[in-house]
Amino acid sequence: MVTEDTNHEGGQVKKFLYLNRRAPHGTNYAQEGLEVALIGAAFDQDVAMAYTDDGVFQLKKDQDTSDIGTKNFSATYGALGDYDVTRVYVELESLARRGLTKEDLMPLVYEDEDDDWEEKPLIRFVSEAELRDIIEEHE
Amino acid sequence: MSLEVNGKAYETDEEGYLANLSEWNLDLAEAMAKEDGCDLTENHWEVVNFLREYYDEYQIAPAVRVLTKAIGKRLGKDKGNSKYLYELFPYGPAKQACKYAGLPKPTGCV
Repeated sequence: MVTEDTNHEGGQVKKFLYLNRRAPHGTNYAQEGLEVALIGAAFDQDVAMAYTDDGVFQLKKDQDTSDIGTKNFSATYGALGDYDVTRVYVELESLARRGLTKEDLMPLVYEDEDDDWEEKPLIRFVSEAELRDIIEEHE
Repeated sequence: MSLEVNGKAYETDEEGYLANLSEWNLDLAEAMAKEDGCDLTENHWEVVNFLREYYDEYQIAPAVRVLTKAIGKRLGKDKGNSKYLYELFPYGPAKQACKYAGLPKPTGCV
């Protein structure tokens, strides 16, 4: 899901949307996907994240992995804003089907450097149809 | 590889990063710096301590751009810039300071 835009210097800026459909633990797709996204963002890629299906569990707050012996990397989602990833989409229908509400997710924020470091919410809740449009934009 | 400090051997990877984060201590940080010919001043410690706090909170070591911005916010613009940080850590502020902080290589560094 990559599109190319021309930036003001005439070069190509690739726009990436990382689509997360899997639960956070049990496989390392979620953790490695997050790391890849952060690395890309560190290299000035235009990165956005989308969470749908079981992927919405990745953003669940109060995760506890002590009984399954894996690292609880969920704290790392809190660093997305620091890496200038400020578009994080969560699909509402996927949340509802899993009995989750917006309040069950981590209250992720980013600090807006251009607005005196004011903390702003990172997660944008979207419908299935809206997410489909967003995915289209990145294709 | 390993590094011996005060009679105890610490396991490191081939680039000198500490294998077991929980073994970190102040003397070890000083010894790692000394190996690179670097004396840790108060200014160095500000950055090293910041990285340890960042890792504790987010479970990753930040990339250099993220570190620079965050230091600027925490310690002021005169410290939150590449020139200042590269003077302290000529091998790369995130890479070198993370090593002394006992952290893995930063997420977003090759």
